[in-house]
Amino acid sequence: MYDRQVRRRRAILLALVACCLVLLTAYFGESSGGPLRSVQSGAMEVFAPVQEGANRALKPFRDLFGWFGDTLDAKDERDELEAERDSLRQQVARLRVAENENAELRDLVDYGRGSGIDAYQPVTARVYSRSISSWYSSIEINKGSSDGVAVNQPVINGKGLVGKVKSVSDGNAVVMLLSDSEFGVSALAAEADQPGSLLPVAGSPGDLLLDLVPEAKEVRKGDTVVTAGTISSRLPSPFPQGILIGTVKRVDGESELDRTIHVTPAADLGTLDFVQVLTRPVADLRAATDPP
Amino acid sequence: MSWSAATVLRLVVLALVGGILQLTTVSQVAVFGVPADLTPLLVAAIGLLCGSIAGAGFGFGLGLFMDTVLAQTLGLTSLVLLAVGYAAGRLRELRDPAHALAPVAVGAAGTALATVGFAVLQFLLGVDAPVSLLLIRQILLTIVLNTLLALPVYLVCRRVLAQFLPNDPRRRRRRAYTTGGLSPLSRA
Repeated sequence: MYDRQVRRRRAILLALVACCLVLLTAYFGESSGGPLRSVQSGAMEVFAPVQEGANRALKPFRDLFGWFGDTLDAKDERDELEAERDSLRQQVARLRVAENENAELRDLVDYGRGSGIDAYQPVTARVYSRSISSWYSSIEINKGSSDGVAVNQPVINGKGLVGKVKSVSDGNAVVMLLSDSEFGVSALAAEADQPGSLLPVAGSPGDLLLDLVPEAKEVRKGDTVVTAGTISSRLPSPFPQGILIGTVKRVDGESELDRTIHVTPAADLGTLDFVQVLTRPVADLRAATDPP
Repeated sequence: MSWSAATVLRLVVLALVGGILQLTTVSQVAVFGVPADLTPLLVAAIGLLCGSIAGAGFGFGLGLFMDTVLAQTLGLTSLVLLAVGYAAGRLRELRDPAHALAPVAVGAAGTALATVGFAVLQFLLGVDAPVSLLLIRQILLTIVLNTLLALPVYLVCRRVLAQFLPNDPRRRRRRAYTTGGLSPLSRA
């Protein structure tokens, strides 16, 4: 009797482990439109309304816990914001001068650019679930393929780049955040005009690395990092040019080889409620601003 | 543990509610920048209450649900949580821990096994991104947070499954005190 129980227990364990290994192997082996991913997409579609309802119903509890944390952080945050305000006032003054110069230069070269993000046909979506762990960072949004959302489209919020669409079902989508270990985007250190590749640091969600920068010594703390857009026509980037990603937090290392540039994301990835999916990220902005 | 359709149904509901609660609330409340993770706690509690087969099956199912809903690599979380559930279940079958704080220790150990196991599997499968040493801090903080939540989660699971658990270790211990039976010491 005991032997039978032991055999049964081991058989079930082996069967479950085998199932996991088969799933892992099949998942890695199949293409992006394979059957397992289709099943995932279908399950997402089924559970999305439940999750969205639970998300709204449980918001007061989240807010309650958040209130305690916010109160503790409020004083530090106020001091930081005051310093930031002073810095921004100076920056605004400089930018006003630059804006005037820019307008004059535009008239001179007659080179119109898009008025803003509207040219990329943004679709606003509500975040109803998020999973931010050491390895995977994703959110789920309530807009899907029926709203024009497709895989790899960039996702932004009011502060900057948030991530890109990882998978889509009819009315929902999963967004891979900047901090996901599989994320990567070509970026540009704007002030230094240095291109590079932006990668997350697994285990440190508030930290990104600007890597493969040709002349990293030119990049300074506080420099703005934006998306580089398409550099080569053979490898078009799904991200439009000039979307704010973050600012350079620090530059480690002395020599050119071991220099690492740490970037803080502009968007607070932990408190996303609404995001925008750019459903036409390769929009031709020059065409968009042609006079009617 | 008496197995019936009602037992299985309760386990399925517990997995769904726990998974959705994790996704919609717990993962969004960060303490020191790290959210707690209910999934290893639920699996460890089920293993401790229902045994190794139920623990492993529950871990497999909950892991599959999380991987499916979050569009993650299928089978990865299942494999990790299956190990947590089986280990917790075997502990119950071999040692039968009756101490009131046993669920706390099992919850902490289950979380450690899940977080470290997940990291090891990620390394084995190949990580594209650089890995920060802060990962260790994140793992430790998750274990600490989960240790604090382990007892409430265990109590909720025990309450949900109470009518199917005639062999609850704590009840058995209480019964031993009230029967008035002579211990070897008192006979001496």
